[in-house]
Amino acid sequence: MKQKLEIKGGKDPNVVAGDDQEENKVVKARASQKYKEGFVTDIESFTLPPGLDEDTIRQISTFKGEPEWLLDYRLDAFRKWQKMEQPNWAKLKIPEIDFQAISYYSSPNANKENAPKSLDEVDPKLLETYDKLGVPLHERERLAGVAVDAVFDSVSVGTTFKAELEKVGVIFSSFSEAVHDHPELVKKYLGSVVPSSDNYFAALNAAVFSDGSFVYIPKGVRCPMELSTYFRINAINTGQFERTLIVADEGAYVSYLEGCTAPMRDENQLHAAVVELVAMDDAKIKYSTVQNWYPGDENGKGGIYNFVTKRGNCQGKNSKISWTQVETGSAITWKYPSCILRGDDSSGEFYSVALTNNYQQADTGTKMIHLGKNTKSTVISKGISVGKSQNAYRGLVRVAKKADNARNFTQCDSLLIGKSCGAHTFPYTESANMTAKLEHEATTSKISEDQLNYCLQRGISEEDAISLIVDGFCKEVFKELPMEFAVEAKALLDISLEGAIG
Amino acid sequence: MLKINDVYAKAGDKEILKGLSLEVKPGEVHAIMGPNGAGKSTLGNLLAGMPHVEATQGSVDFLGKDLLDLEPEERAAEGVFLAFQYPVEIPGVNNMYFLRTALNAQRKYRGEEPMDSAQFLRMVKQKIKDMNMRDDLLKRPVNVGFSGGEKKRNEVFQMGVLEPKLAILDETDSGLDIDALKIVSDGVNQLRSPDRSFIIITHYQRLLDHIEPDFVHVLADGKIVKSGTKKLALELEEQGYGWLNQ
Repeated sequence: MKQKLEIKGGKDPNVVAGDDQEENKVVKARASQKYKEGFVTDIESFTLPPGLDEDTIRQISTFKGEPEWLLDYRLDAFRKWQKMEQPNWAKLKIPEIDFQAISYYSSPNANKENAPKSLDEVDPKLLETYDKLGVPLHERERLAGVAVDAVFDSVSVGTTFKAELEKVGVIFSSFSEAVHDHPELVKKYLGSVVPSSDNYFAALNAAVFSDGSFVYIPKGVRCPMELSTYFRINAINTGQFERTLIVADEGAYVSYLEGCTAPMRDENQLHAAVVELVAMDDAKIKYSTVQNWYPGDENGKGGIYNFVTKRGNCQGKNSKISWTQVETGSAITWKYPSCILRGDDSSGEFYSVALTNNYQQADTGTKMIHLGKNTKSTVISKGISVGKSQNAYRGLVRVAKKADNARNFTQCDSLLIGKSCGAHTFPYTESANMTAKLEHEATTSKISEDQLNYCLQRGISEEDAISLIVDGFCKEVFKELPMEFAVEAKALLDISLEGAIG
Repeated sequence: MLKINDVYAKAGDKEILKGLSLEVKPGEVHAIMGPNGAGKSTLGNLLAGMPHVEATQGSVDFLGKDLLDLEPEERAAEGVFLAFQYPVEIPGVNNMYFLRTALNAQRKYRGEEPMDSAQFLRMVKQKIKDMNMRDDLLKRPVNVGFSGGEKKRNEVFQMGVLEPKLAILDETDSGLDIDALKIVSDGVNQLRSPDRSFIIITHYQRLLDHIEPDFVHVLADGKIVKSGTKKLALELEEQGYGWLNQ
């Protein structure tokens, strides 16, 4: 078999921090949690009582005024979910989740009739919340060149630049609106990439999803601005189950970004989202995530459980889907943005920075499924472990029998800061075609004393030196982010590293 | 400027400096020579405050401050610069960004305004031109993929940008070909000034053909055993270190 599997630089792909680092550089958990998005908005809201059964789902569907087919879709998913078991193959310690203790719907609008028709009618408290988060929705202060859909708990509270986008035929709206305004598109693509039976959390999402964003870019249109969704969990004891669907028609291009934050609470909260992307011939979708869910405190109390299924279908010839993620938040991250490379000459990319500190756990990576001929995939993963955290990369590259000349390059680098954390790499490759060429490089390193000393001697403090070295380590991924967000991502990393040095 | 008074120091568990004294006045260039293992690099690391070297006795006064009492980054901001024998690589961090971070950290310590990127760019472009170095040095990640000569050139360039009061060069000449040696020593000579001092640690007198020292000291077994002028370096070159023990 002419398959090439190279392991460069990596000694053992499954390395846990050793004890050889000097005692004087012991890394302690950050002294004070600096999660500036940890505030709670005091707003009147309508929240379903905790509990999950078919009635809950019917209620959600009724609130949203959904058509029959969608309710059936939900109920079918729910019945599948009931027969499934929570997966336990990831390198994660997941406390038992009581699905009956969670509320599945919370809306900041007291009743549906009062729902705002435009951003002018949105509750000022909500606008203020997004201002505080740095995502102004007001007409005057909007982010230049970025359209935002703001999702608060279970509903979308507003979408900016909708009219401007409509002029070029781009549909950008909340998922709920899309169900009403473009049922044919939603019906056609919902569940087409991630079927409701795909996995436990995807099935749960399909049953109870409340809102999210919908994007359609028509043939030949290059979306004139960045699209983004800002997800905010506010209500206590609720889960957020959003659903995002992006379809890029022939020759279309779109760059989409999502951000997310939540209040600091001692209780864990569940977030189980599904994202589906579809790219037709020559279409390109660039999907970037800056994930900053509340990670829990320095003792591992609280934080979001983030169980997300993200998958893109490169359906058309020469299509391309690129995932970039910066994951610094959540107590537990279980997430594998993937690409199905169905169209000939299509390509998939996955660029990831995952930083875990304190007691955070992350098991994240990607799946690249090569089905078409001459398909290409690139995977660059940078894992940074600090404190007592555990950080795992899990990746699958599969080449189907008919996928002639498939190419994959995977680079998987882990950086350990301190001696109580762990980095783990689980690369899986399956090739059924002799012409496949797969490369895998893995390295595990620590910030060396020599690097720190060099920075110190030039006048840079230890904390700044670590931030500088980590930033350099992540460079290849940061450069894939849209400019405005690369700056935000770096700042976020600095905050997450704060207190990394004792 | 610098007064080292009867210093004893350990590197790891091993006592390396054993009663070393040395005074450096503003504007002076002192060369430190001596056999392998005499403690030359330990002296440089001690002054820069590198964590693996620890003074057990004696004192070091730098411009009226107790140098041994300061953190390494504070010493840098006070004006101590060490050109490393083996400069490390920092992947993904470009040299210019690294230097601006360093310069602004030092300025902050001294209570000065930070330099913005436009001012900084103008300044480094001028420096790199003055020092006859290629400006691709600025864009490349710190020392990554640099040849031995390029790394040493980069050390001297950083020295030029940070403008220290006391520059310590730890075997900056080792591994340099004759052209690189010239560029490095020209760079150092340009930086010579009445209020900047140098300690040049070297094995070979050839560097001293390019950078003329005011004093030459021989360091053996942890202390200075002989001091003299440039002539001493020439004698050492001819006769080796053996005769000093007799």
